[in-house]
Amino acid sequence: MIDKKIIEEHNLTLEEYEKIVQLIGREPNITELGIFSLMWSEHCSYKSSKIHLKKLPVTGKNVIQGPGENAGIIDIGDGLVAVFKIESHNHPSYIEPYQGAATGIGGILRDIFTMGARPIALLDSLRFGPLSKPTNKSIMEGVVSGIAGYGNSIGVPTVGGDIYFNDCYSRNPLVNVFALGIAEKNKIFYAKAEGIGNPVLYVGSKTGRDGIHGATMASAEFDQDSEKKRPNVQVGDPFKEKLLVEACLEVMAKDIIVGIQDMGAAGLTCSTSEMAANSGAGIEINLDLVPQREEGMTPYEMMLSESQERMLIVAKKDKVEEVQQIFSKWDLDAVTIGQVTEGGRLKVRFEGKIVVDLPVDAIINLCPVYKRESKTPSYLKSETIIKPFPSPENYSKTLLKLLSSATVAEKEWVYRQYDHTVQVNTAFLPGADASLLRIKNSKKALALTLDGNSLYSYLDPRTGGKIAVAEACRNLACVGARPVGVTNCLNFGNPEKPEIMWQFKEVVEGIAQACSAFNIPVTGGNVSFYNDTEGISIYPSPVLGVVGIVDDVSRAVSPGFKKEGDSVILLGENKEELGCSEYLKCVFNMEKGIPPQIDLKEEKRIQEFCLETISKSLIESAHDISEGGLSISLAECSLLSPQKIGFSLALQDDMRPDALLFGETQSRIVVSSSNQKVKKLLNLAKKRKVKATVLGKTGGDRIIIYHSNKKIIDIPVNEAYKAWKEAIPDIFQVK
Amino acid sequence: MKFGVVIFPGSNCDYDTYYALKNIFKQKTTFLWHKEHDLKNVDCVILPGGFSYGDYLRSGSIAAFSPLMQEVKEFALRGGLVFGICNGFQILLELGLLPGAMLRNEKLKFLCQFIHIRVENNKTSFSHQAKKGQILKVPIAHFDGNYFASPETILEIKKNSQIVFRYSDAKGQLNEEANVNGSAESIAGLINKAGNVLGMMPHPERASEVLLGSQDGRIIFESIIAKLS
Repeated sequence: MIDKKIIEEHNLTLEEYEKIVQLIGREPNITELGIFSLMWSEHCSYKSSKIHLKKLPVTGKNVIQGPGENAGIIDIGDGLVAVFKIESHNHPSYIEPYQGAATGIGGILRDIFTMGARPIALLDSLRFGPLSKPTNKSIMEGVVSGIAGYGNSIGVPTVGGDIYFNDCYSRNPLVNVFALGIAEKNKIFYAKAEGIGNPVLYVGSKTGRDGIHGATMASAEFDQDSEKKRPNVQVGDPFKEKLLVEACLEVMAKDIIVGIQDMGAAGLTCSTSEMAANSGAGIEINLDLVPQREEGMTPYEMMLSESQERMLIVAKKDKVEEVQQIFSKWDLDAVTIGQVTEGGRLKVRFEGKIVVDLPVDAIINLCPVYKRESKTPSYLKSETIIKPFPSPENYSKTLLKLLSSATVAEKEWVYRQYDHTVQVNTAFLPGADASLLRIKNSKKALALTLDGNSLYSYLDPRTGGKIAVAEACRNLACVGARPVGVTNCLNFGNPEKPEIMWQFKEVVEGIAQACSAFNIPVTGGNVSFYNDTEGISIYPSPVLGVVGIVDDVSRAVSPGFKKEGDSVILLGENKEELGCSEYLKCVFNMEKGIPPQIDLKEEKRIQEFCLETISKSLIESAHDISEGGLSISLAECSLLSPQKIGFSLALQDDMRPDALLFGETQSRIVVSSSNQKVKKLLNLAKKRKVKATVLGKTGGDRIIIYHSNKKIIDIPVNEAYKAWKEAIPDIFQVK
Repeated sequence: MKFGVVIFPGSNCDYDTYYALKNIFKQKTTFLWHKEHDLKNVDCVILPGGFSYGDYLRSGSIAAFSPLMQEVKEFALRGGLVFGICNGFQILLELGLLPGAMLRNEKLKFLCQFIHIRVENNKTSFSHQAKKGQILKVPIAHFDGNYFASPETILEIKKNSQIVFRYSDAKGQLNEEANVNGSAESIAGLINKAGNVLGMMPHPERASEVLLGSQDGRIIFESIIAKLS
């Protein structure tokens, strides 16, 4: 019998249970309750976020598929589409970092090839606690090896991403994984269960008891016993998934299947009911036919298992054998376990009996939607105020300190563990403003980036949301790409807390405003709530993934200075904004203040100007100004240049030198230009109403900055390079 | 002249190699399926990189038992050109077509980066277009590339000039830092005594276009093509 305790264990409220009884006209049995607990979990149902997500712009002339499917789809021309999505795997990665991250990769890749696209790129956005704590180090090592272990084996390059460190992630790291694939426009597949009587095939790995309740786990806070949830984490098998990719793409190349859905979170439950609901049909399956890895599994366990590397296919009635032949070529199981039925019900048989008989509409579409209470957080009052603090005595030392801070430092130690060159498309190595992948047999390239500063979002969520979009788009502009689509991963604490809900609402509003201003559609994403451990929530952490197109890859621009004697030009305006800066955090241990503000119109002007200078070949390099401010950005232009070209520049602005050097004012880009093109560039800037200031020249082997005729920074490039390059390997004591 | 690229379950550089041969070098190229016993009359067999069978056992060890490998072995014994890249090199070691074995990289991490190799022997079918001592910038991407062999074997392969490529720095100097994975004798590429089977850990197919950061890998394919022409 279902009692109060069982309902609670399934993370459902009594009201939700009563609604279930009302919808199905009787008490559910335990398997049915398990099904509802998964599909009505926050993770699967978006019940707390739905009403706010409606604010996001989701349409556009290039959008082929917006939110709601496995992944978003954008038309990229020449008969091709880009299929992409970002997803979180935070909770599993905290409990079991290697497998948590690995299965995150497996899951996001399935979302992509399920739609008929061959995955060509992975990026990941990672957030850890400070590396001074050994546990954070071991979580980071595990996560990085897990991403490498899965991505390298399956042969999809991990080409970029970002990593931030903050104490709020010490007990709740974030692992957000983004994948992108390319498909032919007329060969896209959906999770459809059409054609009454069409067979339902189970393909891929056998089902075991792993990962039961994964989606429910992701929909609750963690306590000190979280470690005990380790058995809830699935184990990944990249080799099996590689076979699945090849077999599925081979099947899809022929006209033999109707629909396909991966079994990710909520496994058989989710795939059967979603496919049926999408087509207004029903599905009947027989669990006795499901390939099983363990003996004596109950229907409850089989329906809730999250064993990895499995897919569900609805085949054309007379083509089953052909489908099976292809899977058998790849040594995979493909078994008919049921069929598409009339009447919109999910029926499950086990040992001759019907053990589940539910209306799919109730499972998928009738989950309650909540308009949760929201309240301006009380912390804002005190935390947004910065008490007066002294200026550093030696700016060169401060610059070196920032260069070696984990957030700013070079991440090669991480990305060289990832195969980033497989598939021979990688035009820019990781470390550039955006990853750049050429499209074979075309002049075009795709530019990809992930971005999101959580301290900004903590202290001004709306601005944080706007900046996340703006900065991602600015990254794209710096390489010469026009943004065409957005996917977002929204990581927050417990939405039942009004202050968290307020953060969420504000961040979404900010993202919506920025996407509308830049005219780019959001094609999907993921919301991850309940990122709390023992009552402590993470900072609101939106991660924006933006996809852009470069029309001519040979014109794309990288951040490093190209030659000695070029002019260095700042696009945009310096302002005295030190709040929420990496500088305050790193030097004064203050995570306080109001983040830099942003004018979306001005931002757009700067980005469009940058794109125009690239298309007219007026600039040699471009680099966005973000964490660490102008001086860090300039230093990186040196450190990222193959010849490590130094520079000598002068800043004239009348303001605190630290604000000028390290403030994170938005809408700024550093470019370098050959001298004979400078005049043209400045004239164009005037015409486009963009502020462009010549700061000085590249050259030499020192990083030199003057302020009001006083030399305030003077460091050998080598020394800066060492600080930046060796910081992370030093922490891990491996080189 | 025709090239054959073998697909094992878990191969992931099969398409890259095919792409390079077909689109860049304009060669007739065909895929060969590991379960079959048909080499389709190719003149050069390429074992591509990847994680054959997931490399859950020793890298390359299971692929060496694939049905097609019997034909590949016979083809090699008859003098046919066989070229193993990365996982392909590991498979050639497991097949016994090349001496020695691969250990995990010395620092126990997967390594993906551009490195330099020095041409040690330019008298082979795979390197005759290069100059002796020429430095090539090519990427690696492997976990198990730390070449190992017994002292007797090392003596033997040195005596026979079987070392075709060594890891070096950009100036051609051999040193510990340049020998990224810790290989014995800095070995990056090795040929059999008969001179028709080459294995190398770096990926020349990923260094055959300016756009990808280096074209230095071309010289290897161009040597093979010139040899077969």
